[in-house]
Amino acid sequence: MDSQDRSGGRNPGQDDDSLHHPKVVLVTGACRFLGGYLIARLAQNPMIDHVIAVDAIAPSKDLLRRMGRAEFVRADIRNPFIAKVIRNGDVDTVVHAAAASYTPRSGGKAALKELNVMGAIQLFAACQKAPSVRRVILKSTSEVYGSSAFDPVLFTEDSSSRRPPSEGFARDSSDIEGYARGLARRRPDITLTILRLANMIGPAMDTALSRFLAGPVVPTIVGHDARLQLLHEQDALGALERATMAGKSGTFNVGASGIIMMSQAIRRAGRVALPLPRFALSAADSLRRATRYTELDREQLDYMSYGRVMDTTRMRNELGYNPKWSTTEAFDDYVRGRGLTPIIDPRWVRSMESRAVSAAQRWGR
Amino acid sequence: MAGESKAKVIPLHSNTGRQAAQRRAAARGEAARRHPSLLSDPAGRASAEQIAAVVREIDDRRSAAAGAPPVDESPNELASRIAGVAEFVRKRMMGDYTVDEFGFDQHLNNSVFLPLLRVFFNSWFRVEVSGIENLPETGAALIVANHAGVLPFDGLMTSVAVHDKHPTHRDLRLLAADMVFNMPVMGQAARKAGHTMACTSDAHRLLAAGELTAVFPEGYKGLGKHFKDRYKLQRFGRGGFVSAALRAKAPIVPCSIVGSEEIYPMIADVKLLARLFGLPYFPITPLFPLAGPAGLVPLPSKWHIQFGEAIDTTDYDDSAADDPMVTFELTDQVRETIQQTLYQLLANRRNMFLG
Repeated sequence: MDSQDRSGGRNPGQDDDSLHHPKVVLVTGACRFLGGYLIARLAQNPMIDHVIAVDAIAPSKDLLRRMGRAEFVRADIRNPFIAKVIRNGDVDTVVHAAAASYTPRSGGKAALKELNVMGAIQLFAACQKAPSVRRVILKSTSEVYGSSAFDPVLFTEDSSSRRPPSEGFARDSSDIEGYARGLARRRPDITLTILRLANMIGPAMDTALSRFLAGPVVPTIVGHDARLQLLHEQDALGALERATMAGKSGTFNVGASGIIMMSQAIRRAGRVALPLPRFALSAADSLRRATRYTELDREQLDYMSYGRVMDTTRMRNELGYNPKWSTTEAFDDYVRGRGLTPIIDPRWVRSMESRAVSAAQRWGR
Repeated sequence: MAGESKAKVIPLHSNTGRQAAQRRAAARGEAARRHPSLLSDPAGRASAEQIAAVVREIDDRRSAAAGAPPVDESPNELASRIAGVAEFVRKRMMGDYTVDEFGFDQHLNNSVFLPLLRVFFNSWFRVEVSGIENLPETGAALIVANHAGVLPFDGLMTSVAVHDKHPTHRDLRLLAADMVFNMPVMGQAARKAGHTMACTSDAHRLLAAGELTAVFPEGYKGLGKHFKDRYKLQRFGRGGFVSAALRAKAPIVPCSIVGSEEIYPMIADVKLLARLFGLPYFPITPLFPLAGPAGLVPLPSKWHIQFGEAIDTTDYDDSAADDPMVTFELTDQVRETIQQTLYQLLANRRNMFLG
């Protein structure tokens, strides 16, 4: 891979780290989109000797086939058994991609927190005990920055949320980041990479945002229009792969260039926006989906009002990763890939336009 | 034969005509074939030319039928105006525009916000602009202006002044109070008009991107001052704007605005009500709140906006931005310039409404 050559020569102080390709990579969350496809990509890389995929549930046949030569271990990361897997496999790189943002079918928020935070604590404890571990890559989220009216235009890695997230996935993610930093503090020989991924979108991946925009009528918050920065699912995988191979320590914002407004996104997808007052929105949303466990929490409502954009300079310059899709392209790819039928037909819009013009031409004389 | 085929093109808008239907279907098919991803890239579509071509054909045929020589081949005024509006509406409906990372929607700003503000600029306040040549043609500059008039009309008028009078029609990006962005509709509109919150990181980002940035260092103290204190510059904050300009090596352009003080002459400030509504001040003007909605209409004072000579900041070294002596000195210099220019403009003004 050319990427290693680039990073190898540039930073003489880190030669040790960057020249040593990961030999044995352990990836958590193997049955989820990012984990599964990351394993598929890593398994195709001949420079990696061994890839271990870990998840608490068994992967589908299709995913298992995609993983290729990777070895699947069915283990719950909340169980100390994970330490044995790391030790016996002589793992030197751990990619923690298991943190889930949406609640499982049973159990609700408490179960999600238990899964995410407890799993991370156990996994990091296991990493700390295993002397072979050299690199830890944590998939985090841009949600740690929160969303508010008083945000700076772009969040840099050093800026923190004005109001630290008090609940939900954002809180869990910042806690997990804290535990990861604790691990890096106690084991200075471990290179810790934290990737804060922007909201992902794409034809294959199922995210809160993609589900939200899939309905014919999309409820929005009246008087607010969020600035959205997206990340194509393939770029998310690419960034994770790059971080795994490069082993740069630090925190990196990962997001596509450019932004899209919420209203613009709805129009591009040909959906109809339904502006609602803030309090009515979560009710309307749960009514539409007729489920209880997908209720919008305050963080998500804030995100829909104000959005969030991150400064990705460090990702481009230090991590050396350039996303291939811009935000608008990623969104268009999602619309095309999902085959969303526009409610407002662009052809109809165009024919109305030409009709108006010709009518004006006729009567305007 | 050519005339024959053109004649079939004409009944574009009669729904019953089979020819028209065929032609529409063909056009639609062609459009769909050329752009399989209608949603992804509706730009670059030659719609304007196509429409113009159809319109020209109609014109040709009409003039030929009347036996008159083809006098004008271009679409008439109404049609071209409707075409402009229709194109705007289509682009809005299909999301076919780009927004920068600040949320600045140039398409919307040029077509909706600026025309609305231009009514105030030309007919209501009859703004006279001078010194526009002091603004750079390209690259960043920090415009520092006085702030007055209860509602920030002065910022909006300055943005119109820069856009309309500047030779390259640059967009002025305002650094506004954070309260604006917390208000439901206003915050959204301000973002789309290209304004952002007055904080160090945003100011620096705008200047680093080479934008014309305007700042009102007086803030609420200037905006909410009594009518009896008009044209007396208030305290200029901590000079954060100077260090932002020094960091970006952007020139500072002092800007003096006369006329903004008289739009809502504030005779009292009800602190209790202000606290109740969470506002920085609650103004009492001769018409507000006694006259109800009429009190919201700004008085038609005559405005003058003068951009002073730019203060160069490239000669300062990198540590100057953090040096309080340098920043205070520059702040004072800018403040003095604006105050002196204000007095000059006021001395030349005979009547606040007639100029």
